Amino acid sequence: MNIESTLRADRIWRNVIRGAGLFLLIITAAIGIFLLYRGTGTFTIYGHSLSEFLFSTQWQPADTLAGGGHVGAGIYIVGSLITCALALLMATPVSIALAIYMAEITPSVGRRFWQPVIEIFVGIPSIIYGWLGLTILVPFLQKYTTADSGFSVLAASIVLAIMIFPTITSVTMNAINSVPKTYRQGAYGLGATRWEVIYKIVLPVAKHGILAGVVLGLARAFGEALAVAMVIGKMKAFPKSLLDPTVNLTSAIAADMGGTMEGSEYNMALWTMALFLFVISLLFILLIRYITSKGGNLSESK
Amino acid sequence: MNFKRKAFTAMAVASVLTLGLLGCGNDSSAPANSQALKGTITSSGSSALLPLAKDAAAEFKKKHPDVSIVLNGGGSGTGLKQVSDGTVNIGNSDVPAETKLSKEKAAELVDHKVAIVTVATVANKDVAKAVPNLTKQQLIDIFTGKVTNWKDVGGPDQNVVLVTRPTTSGTRALFSEFALDKNQEASNKSLETDDSGALIQSIANTPGAIGYVALPYLLNNSSVTAISIDGVAPTLENSYNGSYKVWGFEHMYTKGQPDALQKAYLDFIMSDEYGKKLEAQGYGVASKVKQ
Amino acid sequence: MKASKAIPGPRRRALSTDRLVTLGLHILAGATLLLLVGFVGHIAWSALSEFKPELLAFSPTGIGNQFFNTIYLVFLALLISIPLGIGAGIYMAEYATKGKAQKIMRISIETLSSLPSIVLGLFGYLVFIIMTNSQWNLFAGALTVSILTLPLIATITEDALRALPASYAKGSYGLGATKWQTISRVLIPAAFPAIITGIILAAGRVFGEAAALMFTAGMSTDINWASTDITSPTNAFNPFRSGETLSLQIWASRSESLDPNASAMANLSALVLLALVFTFSIGARALSRHLNRKNLGDNK
Repeated sequence: MNIESTLRADRIWRNVIRGAGLFLLIITAAIGIFLLYRGTGTFTIYGHSLSEFLFSTQWQPADTLAGGGHVGAGIYIVGSLITCALALLMATPVSIALAIYMAEITPSVGRRFWQPVIEIFVGIPSIIYGWLGLTILVPFLQKYTTADSGFSVLAASIVLAIMIFPTITSVTMNAINSVPKTYRQGAYGLGATRWEVIYKIVLPVAKHGILAGVVLGLARAFGEALAVAMVIGKMKAFPKSLLDPTVNLTSAIAADMGGTMEGSEYNMALWTMALFLFVISLLFILLIRYITSKGGNLSESK
Repeated sequence: MNFKRKAFTAMAVASVLTLGLLGCGNDSSAPANSQALKGTITSSGSSALLPLAKDAAAEFKKKHPDVSIVLNGGGSGTGLKQVSDGTVNIGNSDVPAETKLSKEKAAELVDHKVAIVTVATVANKDVAKAVPNLTKQQLIDIFTGKVTNWKDVGGPDQNVVLVTRPTTSGTRALFSEFALDKNQEASNKSLETDDSGALIQSIANTPGAIGYVALPYLLNNSSVTAISIDGVAPTLENSYNGSYKVWGFEHMYTKGQPDALQKAYLDFIMSDEYGKKLEAQGYGVASKVKQ
Repeated sequence: MKASKAIPGPRRRALSTDRLVTLGLHILAGATLLLLVGFVGHIAWSALSEFKPELLAFSPTGIGNQFFNTIYLVFLALLISIPLGIGAGIYMAEYATKGKAQKIMRISIETLSSLPSIVLGLFGYLVFIIMTNSQWNLFAGALTVSILTLPLIATITEDALRALPASYAKGSYGLGATKWQTISRVLIPAAFPAIITGIILAAGRVFGEAAALMFTAGMSTDINWASTDITSPTNAFNPFRSGETLSLQIWASRSESLDPNASAMANLSALVLLALVFTFSIGARALSRHLNRKNLGDNK
């Protein structure tokens, strides 16, 4: 009897655990399906074309069930791309340099002091970065530059850059740390300086891991909503300079979703933006998988 | 043993206290409320109406402590849609239901015109000092992007920064209908803010900024300055007597006739007693409008 | 010093480059540290310089209610995601067949953890609010946030189980234990410290979540602390009431300029959020170090 009940428990628990695993799959699928169902309403219910959504710059969806507006999200998409690209441009060099510093120059202090510090900063809520941007950066830009309002592409990019640099640094540092010691010892043995070892041996070997970190940072920046919405200014126009305001996808969803009528053309168009964000984040995952699988040989042979 | 006894005493004291509290609650509530209103009212919608709804709810709850009133913003369209769907009891809207819903759906709703709201043009203090008044044509030129520098309307050499609300906003609908004579704002030249509070903040901090908010937001707020249109200041008096045109009714919709609790709340808001508080907050009493 | 004369030209250049780069990196690291310290300092200073005791009140004039909502929401979210997350983690480490099943699980987890939180918020809004025909409430917020913590906890559990020496499981099987007995009596207890540490880290990450909550948990809060009836919509512990969290309060304060205390409250909220994140992050680290040392001690 004892054995029987033990075996039964084993069977039951196996199914419970399988259920938990399955649940995770179901949630993921549900999110995908609901977004797909909702996000395609713009095309199926209101009859807009995909190319209108992606490339037109005329964004005037009607907040009624009758529809008849325009859903060109071109400016929003460009706004997201520009701010993220700039953020990456600012954050990547600093992050990589910092990771090199922590992993190669001061390895022991790096592990004991810098790593926790960076980890804490990865965990700082993005809303706080947005709040700092709004209360420090925007007034600063307004006062000391030619910007009319301070709400600008530059402000948004800086906030994003500061937000993602701990992420990139942390991943890069892991990539550098996973370069086998023997590689370095070999190079030092040949009389290379520390910088030569870093530049010619460590960085090329850690390349894939670093790239994965950069893409991860990019994905985080692309999906960030509120911190950007607080400082970007939301002007429906292509920015002519870094100090001009513009719009992006996430801030439009955050700001307008609550004000639209459920099921209206406007509402559906915002869902399409959300679907677009979801697709982009899937692409980022595939990209990271691709990059790390190319660089994977190293860690396996280690 | 000692610990156990202590724990027991603590528990006993706690339970006596709890019972006591419960008892008190019952004692005090029973005689105070003859109607004994109890329950929940949920409402959502217009952000222009939100401060009023919040205050009215707080006042109402002073009289009926067992009533919970849940208030959400979300914009007029959301309020209308949600009350029509039955998600909320009361839908707050700056615009008549017909503009957002289909005829059949709108016909199911009962309109309660609880107040009027006046929309004022506001500008950054520095410009407003030089340009305290704009003609309607100047206003239209500014908001449609024809005039881009304050010197063209008699102000300092300073770029105009338009600060607006989203197209879904009821305040924007009122402003564009009555102040801009239905001209569309130049949305590619304006900073969009998701609510009136953020709009005021932006205008206050940005030289040359101009926008519009409902009058209640200007009360106790001197960070921005209201601008007259054709020499008429945006005040309640001017709205009542018809000289200032940019105002509209605030609607609270119920699906069908309101139940006893909702009716008590709506009647309270439209009562003479609360009317004084209404005006003190910058809203107008609907019955005072000369039509 | 004398030796440097013997070093040929190119080598000398390499050495000076090395020194220059090192110096540059030192400066950069210093600047970064300064920036980070500056942030925290700024928040702390602006919060404390405007500090008034009433800002801490559990009423509309303070952030007490928001603080409570934040903690309560994270608690509810963990209540949901811990069993499911640990279950999914065990599945990945012990039950899923190598290859296809694991690959699908991993892609699924990666998808969940890289989902923009605003998109997740919309999903939660659609499923937990619109489709259930309900008002913004804490429970819907907790369900939404638990989708964020679920992949974290699953990954942590999987990693923790995989990090255990194979001898643990082998020994247990050798004694005739079933798979579930092995998992529940040997593997999970052994991996427990790592799992707990991970859960604390996960909690620290979701304290500041805002975008996923703005359409689910709602942006207003109305608590009557005297209420003893949990079904009352103003009872603090009723999960079906709307509850603004600290991070949403910061987001909203940007617009509630009507309230003269709005910015002071936002600064204080930011400081409290930072303190929560720091505490949880340092706490997790200290705990894991403590437990590791204990484990090492056992092994010796």
